[in-house]
Amino acid sequence: MTLFRFSDVNLDPAAERRALEDPACGGFVSFEGWVRNHNEGLEVRRLEYEAFAALGIKEGDRIVADAIKKFGVERAACVHRIGSLEIGDLAVWVGVSSRHRGEAFAACRYIIDEVKHRVPIWKKEHYVNGDSGWVNCEACAAPGHDHKHDHDHAHSHDHSHAEKA
Amino acid sequence: MRPLPGRIDPSTVRPMTSPPPVFGLVLAGGMSRRMQTDKAALQIHGKQQLERAFELASGLCAKTFVSVRADQRADPLRSRFPTIVDEKDGLGPIGGISSAQAAHPEAAWLVLACDLPFLTTATLKFLLDHRDPSKPATAFISTHDGLPEPLCTVWEPSSREAVTAWIASGKTCPRKFLINSATHLLKQPDPQALDNVNTPDELTAAMSVLDGKAPAAVLKTLKIQYFALFREQAGRGEETLESTADTPARLYVELQRRHPFKLQKEQLRVAVNSEFCDWQAPLNSGDTVVFIPPVAGG
Repeated sequence: MTLFRFSDVNLDPAAERRALEDPACGGFVSFEGWVRNHNEGLEVRRLEYEAFAALGIKEGDRIVADAIKKFGVERAACVHRIGSLEIGDLAVWVGVSSRHRGEAFAACRYIIDEVKHRVPIWKKEHYVNGDSGWVNCEACAAPGHDHKHDHDHAHSHDHSHAEKA
Repeated sequence: MRPLPGRIDPSTVRPMTSPPPVFGLVLAGGMSRRMQTDKAALQIHGKQQLERAFELASGLCAKTFVSVRADQRADPLRSRFPTIVDEKDGLGPIGGISSAQAAHPEAAWLVLACDLPFLTTATLKFLLDHRDPSKPATAFISTHDGLPEPLCTVWEPSSREAVTAWIASGKTCPRKFLINSATHLLKQPDPQALDNVNTPDELTAAMSVLDGKAPAAVLKTLKIQYFALFREQAGRGEETLESTADTPARLYVELQRRHPFKLQKEQLRVAVNSEFCDWQAPLNSGDTVVFIPPVAGG
């Protein structure tokens, strides 16, 4: 079973869900991350995802496998879009099926949080005002930028503003 | 270095007069502050560095001298050799070069630092064979930053006036002088030949290389793949480089000189051969390296 993959075409949540069906499971939790029309006060027109696939798949697989083991769920999977996306498109999908609901919620939350911070994937936002920028990259490199980002990619990335996903 | 098409290769032109004779000058006036002991006296391979440098130069030059500060005149090590005493204190290497040019204005000077443990006769001979006497100086390009290496350079008699003017204007950096002159630049035949030794750690490392206990810095072929912001800033998705960088940390510093990368190393992670790795992990020829800017999935 594929634990983590990238897709350069639109995602079909129903098809993803079918791959996690299991008669031993009494619960299924999924998370969908959608492309939002604004970020940090700017109106977003569209965005692009670019991934370092060779390492991204390995790291994504490790995250999903860890979640299955750590929370004792039956099945889990994650798929992340790459390429050009429009407002409302499905950017990332996580699904977990398990015997009981509690561990399914926890595992789903764990997977999306870890994927956002560990998988080498980058998001370029194109704004309505014509600007564009790589999220988390460009502001940090500006001279005199004193906004305290935590770049420990492993676990503790914590933005004060509301996140899209 | 092969002459560029359309340029006259001086070696093919019969000179009207012979080029000026080459004298050797070994610089030994440094303070050795970082080494905390006199670098000239350090023993490498059973020989004091100054003695070794003097022998290298005198094997190829008509006459060879050691450049010393006035207060080093009576130093037992230095006074074993013919010396040229700095005319003025506090100028560093350019003062030694200028004093030598004043003492023998007819000569071209092969100027050497005394602390180049990897320098060989072959590298010096290459420099002299490819020297361009029509230029103020002939120097090697640094393997580390692509700029001229001032302390293994032939200074032609024609540079004397400009060197004097440089000092008179309050400048002392010989490297900047070479950058701002029509210096004839050569690629080093041995990329490590001019690595110098400034600290006790560097000395230990150099000695283990010279004793055959550690591999010498060699040019490695490295493939670097760029993603996202780095791909845009480098203007390419990948490149293959010859580099002496032995860790990803050193490679990133090198790439920052080639491309306008403003992200700090502390903001990045690094992967070698498609697996995360440590900034201090050793790099091998054939490795593929990816520097990972802050990620933004989801």
